[in-house]
Amino acid sequence: MKTKHLLLGDEALALGALHAGLSGVWAYPGTPSTEITEFIQKSEIARDGNVHCLWSANEKTAMEEALGMSYAGKRALVCMKHVGMNVCADAFVNSAVTGANGGLVVVACDDPSMHSSQNEQDSRFYADFAMMPCFEPASQQEAYDMVQRAFDYSEKNCIPVLMRLTTRMAHSRAIVETSEQRQQNDIHFPKNPRQWVTLPVNARVRNDQLVKDILAFEEDACTMGQNKYIDGKDHSMGIITCGIAYNYLMENYPDGCPFPVLKLTQYPLPKKLVRKMAAECKSIMVIEEGQPLVEKILRGVLDTPVEIKGRLDGTLPRTGELNPDCVRAALGMAPLETHAAAQNTVPRPPALCQGCGHRDFYTALNNVLKNYETARVFADIGCYTLGWLAPFHAFQTCVEMGASLTMAIGASKSGVHPSVAVIGDSTFTHSGMTGLLDAVNKNANMTLCISDNLTTGMTGGQDSAGTGRLEQICYGVGVDPAHVRVIVPLPKNYPDMERVIDEEINYNGVSVIIARRECIQTAKRHAKARANAKK
Amino acid sequence: MKQDIILCGVGGQGILSIATIIGWAALKEGIHLKQAEVHGMSQRGGDVQSNLRLSTEPIASDLIAHGSCDLIISLEPMEALRYVQYLNPKGWVITNTEPFVNIPNYPEMENVNQELKKLGNVIMIDVDAIAKEVKSPRSANMVLLGAAASVLEMLKPEQLLEGISNVFASKGEAIVETNIAAFKAGYEFAQKNK
Repeated sequence: MKTKHLLLGDEALALGALHAGLSGVWAYPGTPSTEITEFIQKSEIARDGNVHCLWSANEKTAMEEALGMSYAGKRALVCMKHVGMNVCADAFVNSAVTGANGGLVVVACDDPSMHSSQNEQDSRFYADFAMMPCFEPASQQEAYDMVQRAFDYSEKNCIPVLMRLTTRMAHSRAIVETSEQRQQNDIHFPKNPRQWVTLPVNARVRNDQLVKDILAFEEDACTMGQNKYIDGKDHSMGIITCGIAYNYLMENYPDGCPFPVLKLTQYPLPKKLVRKMAAECKSIMVIEEGQPLVEKILRGVLDTPVEIKGRLDGTLPRTGELNPDCVRAALGMAPLETHAAAQNTVPRPPALCQGCGHRDFYTALNNVLKNYETARVFADIGCYTLGWLAPFHAFQTCVEMGASLTMAIGASKSGVHPSVAVIGDSTFTHSGMTGLLDAVNKNANMTLCISDNLTTGMTGGQDSAGTGRLEQICYGVGVDPAHVRVIVPLPKNYPDMERVIDEEINYNGVSVIIARRECIQTAKRHAKARANAKK
Repeated sequence: MKQDIILCGVGGQGILSIATIIGWAALKEGIHLKQAEVHGMSQRGGDVQSNLRLSTEPIASDLIAHGSCDLIISLEPMEALRYVQYLNPKGWVITNTEPFVNIPNYPEMENVNQELKKLGNVIMIDVDAIAKEVKSPRSANMVLLGAAASVLEMLKPEQLLEGISNVFASKGEAIVETNIAAFKAGYEFAQKNK
């Protein structure tokens, strides 16, 4: 029976995967992808069907765990934000070499305009060079429908499928009509066992097969019906839209677009359909969310006789998220009448919550380091990155997950002292533990501060992989237990905290300071839950 | 017929529960809806907004174009001003009058109020005070929704009230009642002050 639900794009995709017979979701939280896994964690279908839905330590472990599930013949979903693709890239690219057995769908949520991210990378490039098919829904309904087709496509062609969402699709709600739920797969092993051992002798054979397969995938992109060529009467221009860019185009043509439109939602790029457009139209405009992947392929090395407009020639902005306004301008339409911008507004940047433990930790750290002119602090990804802003200005670098302590190693070996790393508990278990092993083995003269709020805070308070075991992890990696210190970041403890930080900075070797106090957001939630339980 | 709405405020003020109720009512009435939200980093005390589009016809874009917003519903006066470029010349602004000051350079309140009044179709309402008057101090956002209901042509007040009853049902009868009282007080204020 069909039913209607009001769902985020993330939730539509999650429900589609559950209805497609999913056996496990594998993920590390990351905006804008987090809600996919959270939806599955709360779902009755997942509970009744024993669908795996615990968080993984990072995107690479998630991808590999999913690959193991696919090897066993079951359907697995991997979800991450775009930069998570970098973390799992080794596993992702090589999963094209092993291929899939049970359906394997990898969801990458890109964040154009960097609402909550450090770059604007476009995950479609990964599918392109891994020689993998990529699906990109243009609506929440398509996200629901497409994920089932992605699982089927993956199983039929023994290949993982990348599904690409962008922030606006992931975090926008619409009404979605859903269909029946189907069974999970039983355990069954691959028919092509050799390619799951990527020794060169096997991988070369597989590589030759992949370059043939990718041509078949391209043919499918022309014929499967997910890419639509919609003719128009005005052939002075043809328009190629990728994913949700189609919506911004149609927003500006409520009565139908006069130009032929190729609505792309499946890659590899269907060259036949593009050539048809080039033959029939005087120019081509490419409207794509993210980086100019399609436009670059179209332009090739030499310019074709057809004029190509897009992000590269300035018709559309080179960077940033698309919207109805920039697409309207690209189409040569005048802006709508509106009010002038207001005079009395100022930016309101995000800030650490009042009462947050990171605040107290930074206050104490700053108080100590003002006595050391040469101090450098290397920070990491999480709520505590907001400590760069006023009033703390607490560190000099933040690059990607785990880079704090490894950069502190490099700086300490260059002679920088004090060399201090600041990382959150979840980021530490995501990508910091191996770096700490390096620090111990190299006997780096540095101080690692783990600001432990017992959760993955920035993405809304998901479980953190090392909660309750951070000291043991540091001991196990080889840090001298005498130099693994725990402090409680509260204003009343500033003298104690500052003494400990100062002592460990002056220890010549690897020291770890764990500043531990629960995130005030999760603490509030836990207190409420306890109060309700008592009722 | 369509109505494009920008809901705005500061992270944590509760704009999303307003959206949830409008969404519930739209789904029930078979009205097309798209609603883009802000999650993640910006929720931490920064400015937040949600683009909510209602239409009797299918909706293309998740985002509202400059000049096509019909209604700004804001829990904070300066935040209402942030989006006036999206507002069409006949559009309405329904805003709370109480500023949320978590930045050092908040503009002069008098200037903010003057600029709001200049927009013409504006309802300015002290939602916290009204919520307290009707003994629903934690339902200020429902006072605002009630005020907005006076110009929300796509949905009738009774449909929104049904949404409130259903969305808050799991929290118990008392919570439903305080939210309904808040909504009604906001609606009455707006009817008198439009």
